[in-house]
Amino acid sequence: MTALLSVEGLGISFGGLKAVSDVSFTVQPGEITSVIGPNGAGKTTLFNMISGIYQPGSGRVVLGTEDVTGMAPHRLARRGMSRTFQNLQIFQSMTVLENAIAGFHLAERGPVLADLLGLPASRRRAAQAQAGARALLARVGLDRAAEREAGNLSYGALKRLEIARALALSPKILLLDEPAAGCNAVETEEIDHLIAEVAKSGVAILLVEHDMKMVMRISNHIVVLDHGEKIAEGDPASVSRNPAVIAAYLGTDAEEAAHADG
Amino acid sequence: MTMKLTPKTATLLVLVALVVLSPVLFPSGYYYRVGALIFVNAIAVTGIVILTGYAGQISLGHAGFAGIGAYACALAPVHLGLHPSLALLLGASVSALLAFLVGRPILRLKGYYLGVATLGFGILISMVLNNERQLTGGPDGIEVPELGLRALLNDMGLDLTNGQFWYWFCGIAVILGAWLALNLHGSPTGRALRALHGSEVAARTVGIHVARMKLQAFVVSAVYASVSGSLLALQNKFITPDVAGFMHSIEMVTMAVLGGVGSVLGAVFGAAVLTLLPQVLTVFAEYEQLVLGLVMMLVMIFLPQGLLPSILRRVRGKDE
Amino acid sequence: MPELLQFLFSGVTVGAVYALVALGFTIIYNASDVVNFAQGEFVMLGGMLTFVCQAAGLPLPLAALIAIAVTSAIGVAMNKLAIEPARGAPVVSLIIITIGASIFIRGGAQLLFGKQIHSFPAFSGDTPLRIGGATILPQSLWVIGGAVVVFVGLWLFFTRTLTGRAVLATSNNRLAAQLVGINTGFVMMLSFALSAGIGALAGVLVTPITLTAYDVGLAFALKGFAAAMLGGMGNPKGALAGGFLLGLIEALTAGYLSSQYKDAAAFVVILLVLFFMPQGLFGARTVDRV
Repeated sequence: MTALLSVEGLGISFGGLKAVSDVSFTVQPGEITSVIGPNGAGKTTLFNMISGIYQPGSGRVVLGTEDVTGMAPHRLARRGMSRTFQNLQIFQSMTVLENAIAGFHLAERGPVLADLLGLPASRRRAAQAQAGARALLARVGLDRAAEREAGNLSYGALKRLEIARALALSPKILLLDEPAAGCNAVETEEIDHLIAEVAKSGVAILLVEHDMKMVMRISNHIVVLDHGEKIAEGDPASVSRNPAVIAAYLGTDAEEAAHADG
Repeated sequence: MTMKLTPKTATLLVLVALVVLSPVLFPSGYYYRVGALIFVNAIAVTGIVILTGYAGQISLGHAGFAGIGAYACALAPVHLGLHPSLALLLGASVSALLAFLVGRPILRLKGYYLGVATLGFGILISMVLNNERQLTGGPDGIEVPELGLRALLNDMGLDLTNGQFWYWFCGIAVILGAWLALNLHGSPTGRALRALHGSEVAARTVGIHVARMKLQAFVVSAVYASVSGSLLALQNKFITPDVAGFMHSIEMVTMAVLGGVGSVLGAVFGAAVLTLLPQVLTVFAEYEQLVLGLVMMLVMIFLPQGLLPSILRRVRGKDE
Repeated sequence: MPELLQFLFSGVTVGAVYALVALGFTIIYNASDVVNFAQGEFVMLGGMLTFVCQAAGLPLPLAALIAIAVTSAIGVAMNKLAIEPARGAPVVSLIIITIGASIFIRGGAQLLFGKQIHSFPAFSGDTPLRIGGATILPQSLWVIGGAVVVFVGLWLFFTRTLTGRAVLATSNNRLAAQLVGINTGFVMMLSFALSAGIGALAGVLVTPITLTAYDVGLAFALKGFAAAMLGGMGNPKGALAGGFLLGLIEALTAGYLSSQYKDAAAFVVILLVLFFMPQGLFGARTVDRV
């Protein structure tokens, strides 16, 4: 097994309350691994620990062969990890195109003096990033909104913009936090295809999603959290039959269980 | 390739036109002095636009850097035998170095904390300038040597009054400063600064080294403030510690938000309004603070985007 | 030893003033998350208005009461006219608004009261008391006593009265407070009135020692804010401790190092606190939610 990402016994508590405890799993390149669980199960907290936004209280995160536990997000980005956010984190007052270009930061950055003087090298880097960003916007269907101020876009469009921005890093592993939340059926299917396509190109994908139909359809592997602990793990078919999983959903949130059925 | 006017070119053209054409309207030579003063302020405010408008970081102590620039021009020629122009560069370098050293810990702070930390830093500098009398002359101020460029131009047959010389000299400096700031805006660094302004978390996850980027903006804006202070000292041939005082820091920030903190043209506009205000109010000198305070409150409450963007929006609105 | 004691006395006296200003900051900060840079102007107004009323022939206690009441009213007006309309504005805007208010009040004071330095007689005479070889002015005891009384009063108000608890609830969670029927607009108004009144009281108490002029407010605001931050923003105990600590640091610096740089000491301390323990002495750590 050559896991791209290994999460080993990861845990964190806030003010004495355990939000996530002792969660372990691995993510393989080219596969889609989903983390599911009822509201408040600790999915986003888990994401925030893996992506370096929270310092884990215990456990390790290993990327490739390197221990990256608690490493700052911008350093993780250099090592090929990128992510999207459940509550959108868009650069509101920038254009859609600029948001996507920002994803190319690591490729386009250079000395500040060159940027101040507008040297040809600086402009060349910016132009390359812009070309890349336009291609990505076309891929997520936002090319026609490129010049609009990002703050004015619809929720679903912003979700896709975040995916485009995350893809701009050419990640080895992509963390998607509810990419289809707030999207209509058509948009969800588009995102669905996009994720599958990205995975096919060899990128490891870690997904948090509430849309159970989508999860069951595209996941290779599913990790189930409840009250901050891993209660089940396996392929979609085995997880959906797992009594502990069914109990967790029925016990806490009937509505979501209905989702899982449908 | 079509010849489409980019916002950058448009801004620069407007600025050049303003600098070149304004003297036509000057009723007397005195207004060259006022113009030069506006430009000096506009340079410092352009730095604030980079720091606050682009990167979203506040500083209530940037006058400290203006003080360093100003006193470098007063002291370095006398004590180090440097030409005043080199003294300006020395001041800018010292400011940059100091900003680099202080910026590291200070920029970890946010909001009010950042405001108060920068404020404390600025006050420390103004305190040193006030207290080290043997060196700085204390609160009474100190003389600044002549730049000497005007005499040189005179020899070459270009006869300018002192006011005219400084008007054109600072005018060119403003345009240069605006050009640099506009370059930065659309560049990778500028984009990273505006990105971290929008969302620090997202900026981090796309690989932006947020602390380093903020520090770069802080250093660059400190150099702007320093150069502004130097030019003020050189044209007045005299400087007092007020240049580094709290009120001067506040004026810089107010000019920036008055004009619209994200835009370079707004910086010049804000500098013009707030520099002209006391000139207009000379008759009512005792009302100056009252009016300044009122303007600050009213603009922030009713035109939070700043005067210029609000006016532009209205104009565009009517076009459609 | 008497020398040290002398420095401690003067440190505790100015510290008490800083503590009062810091308490004022804390009240408004807790109610609205606004740091009111005009807080020092309330101190100036307290002293200045007392002087004016007293010069007009009113007895000192009445003059002081009027000054505190008028300053409270000005605080309420400031909330109504400048802070409420800008609710939800970014921090930079709020900083500029409150600094604008401070400059506005200072400008008004300059117009109305002139640029002269004013004062009024100390409450209990000017004969210094001798304690352990050092001396302390009776007025200093008034200042220190005032800070302690205000602190205890606030503590009783916030823990023992319904209105006080409503203010606390609002500072914990504005929305939740509204949902349980607390009039948060009233809470804001009350906070500004209290805060301005406390500032004015500080001005009334300290003016016989330090004198007053239209432009003394800024220094009080900066020191008071520094004290509040030293103690941990939003914490009344911290404000009190921070105020006294800052006063002592200043007095000791003035005494043993350099009187010119006594103000610098305060800011160096503040910068150090911000760098090494941004949450202050009594503040709580917070986690950014994403």
